[in-house]
Amino acid sequence: MNPRGMLAIYRFEMARWKRTLWQSVVAPVLTTALYFLVFGSAIGSRMSDMAGIDYGSFIVPGLILLSVLTQSVANASFGIYFPKFTGTIYEILSAPLSPLETVASYVGAAVTKSFLLALITLATAALFVEVRVEHPLLMLAFLLAIAAGFCLLGFLIGLLADNFEQLQFVPLLVVTPLAFLGGIFYAVGTLAEPWRTVTLFNPIVYLVSGYRWTFYGVADVPLGASVAAMALAILLPLLAIAWIFRTGHRLKQ
Amino acid sequence: MSVIDIRGLVKAYKGGTLALKGVDLSIGKGEIFALLGPNGAGKTTLISIVCGIVTKTAGSVRVAGDDIETDYRAARRRIGLVPQELTTDAFETVWDTVAFTRGLFGCARDDAYLERLLKRLTLWEKRHSRMLELSGGMKRRVMIAKALAHEPEILFLDEPTAGVDVELRRDMWALVRALRADGTTIILTTHYIEEAEEMADRVGVIRGGELVALGNKAELMAQLGRRTLKIFLDAPLAALPERLHGWDLDLADGGRELDYHFDSKAEETGIPRLMRQLDEAGIGWRDLTTRQSSLEDIFVSLVRAGDAS
Ligand SMILES: Nc1ncnc2c1ncn2[C@@H]1O[C@H](COP(=O)(O)OP(=O)(O)OP(=O)(O)O)[C@@H](O)[C@H]1O
Ligand SMILES: [Mg+2]
Repeated sequence: MNPRGMLAIYRFEMARWKRTLWQSVVAPVLTTALYFLVFGSAIGSRMSDMAGIDYGSFIVPGLILLSVLTQSVANASFGIYFPKFTGTIYEILSAPLSPLETVASYVGAAVTKSFLLALITLATAALFVEVRVEHPLLMLAFLLAIAAGFCLLGFLIGLLADNFEQLQFVPLLVVTPLAFLGGIFYAVGTLAEPWRTVTLFNPIVYLVSGYRWTFYGVADVPLGASVAAMALAILLPLLAIAWIFRTGHRLKQ
Repeated sequence: MSVIDIRGLVKAYKGGTLALKGVDLSIGKGEIFALLGPNGAGKTTLISIVCGIVTKTAGSVRVAGDDIETDYRAARRRIGLVPQELTTDAFETVWDTVAFTRGLFGCARDDAYLERLLKRLTLWEKRHSRMLELSGGMKRRVMIAKALAHEPEILFLDEPTAGVDVELRRDMWALVRALRADGTTIILTTHYIEEAEEMADRVGVIRGGELVALGNKAELMAQLGRRTLKIFLDAPLAALPERLHGWDLDLADGGRELDYHFDSKAEETGIPRLMRQLDEAGIGWRDLTTRQSSLEDIFVSLVRAGDAS
């Protein structure tokens, strides 16, 4: 074990985040605030309740997840892609660190950032609408799990990407659309068939539903299905990363 | 005692390039070893495999007895690397980037050591500067500081003096000598043969992924060293006379100079016989000099031999 080496990477990543605080925290918080203004206050006041909850409050958990999903993928993929791009990765590769330690350090830092970002977003939301959290511990635990899953996904993307375009592909063309259609803005039950059934093929629906349940105690899908989705969100990218390190190893020639 | 032991090292890159074709090499503790070779010979590949940056295709590498794959942690802790390319984190400060490397290699924080290191490399004044504010030479010093941040026993310098001014080069060699005095083993690659000749205890010549010569400098020169006898003629010759065709002779300087190449180790150099034959042919001369082939000559002849085959 090389805990000092892991800490060095973790600190490095956190320092990078602090340097770009504007881009990594202020921008997503501002975007979320705009969502609350537009959907929560302006449109929401004309909307009826959603699943028995005031519309402005209803969208809070989903909007938090929206920024967590996109920022986790963006942050973690960039964190590993950039040293690959500039060549400074040589130092990481020549260090006495196991692949698992390397992944844990980068992903651990990315998860910390996403976690803090979520809490800041939540605080921002509380300025605009009424928010209550029925299961605070589970809310934090689910947040951590979802952030971990998408940071691992981001790491995987950064590992595989050969250029900036590929780095952007999954976040822009997969994660964001699925998140928007993932029940952030509406309860799945309000959709007409066949869209209700189609929506259930979107994995993000399960994450949003479970997370919203920790706030208001209402869910679109059974809680067990949400927990299973979170477990898969962590497991699948983790297995893919392990497989890459075991076979080809994308970082080394 | 050897500190690096390379056996049958083969590297085939994905594209199919066979960069190393079975290299055997042992490097002794505390020595300065120079790896010489033309572009694309496989120098960087060899170093990168030992340091863990590139995976090997076959063979084995041990660092102080530890296998670089099964005991990679122990092996890597001992090694510091200054890569050929200057790659740095533009927004980090000098101090932070050097401290980062120390931590990365699992060493406890030691500000006093880093201070001494930065002062030794005349970087102390720049410790709060970000990398992007530094000149190329300064960056290279930082790369050296990073490589030494975890007090390695072995230092790899991949073309340390490429694009470096005279002063920095002198500083660098002073540092290398000081490190060697502390017992650090140093392996460097260079295109400047004078440097290898001046600095190294032993020299290996690599070409096309094969080690074609290896030895201490004196051995290498004796093994491959040929002398040249330069004969300055009274009158220029248009061509070599027929009777001298059996000799290894070249005309130089527009026919005013005759160069005779001979093996310095041979029982008989043939010089007296050559001089007699020159007399008989009526070729007059006014002066002579002999010259030992430098490492450069050896190097060039080895590389040429490869191109011809
Ligand atoms: N990542 C890579 N993928 C494919 N081939 C490579 C790679 N890196 C190096 N090579 C090839 O391997 C051979 C050896 O390259 P290497 O960089 O080890 O040479 P070198 O001796 O360091 O040369 P130079 O003096 O130019 O630095 C070359 O033919 C090179 O094209
Ligand atoms: Mg090279």
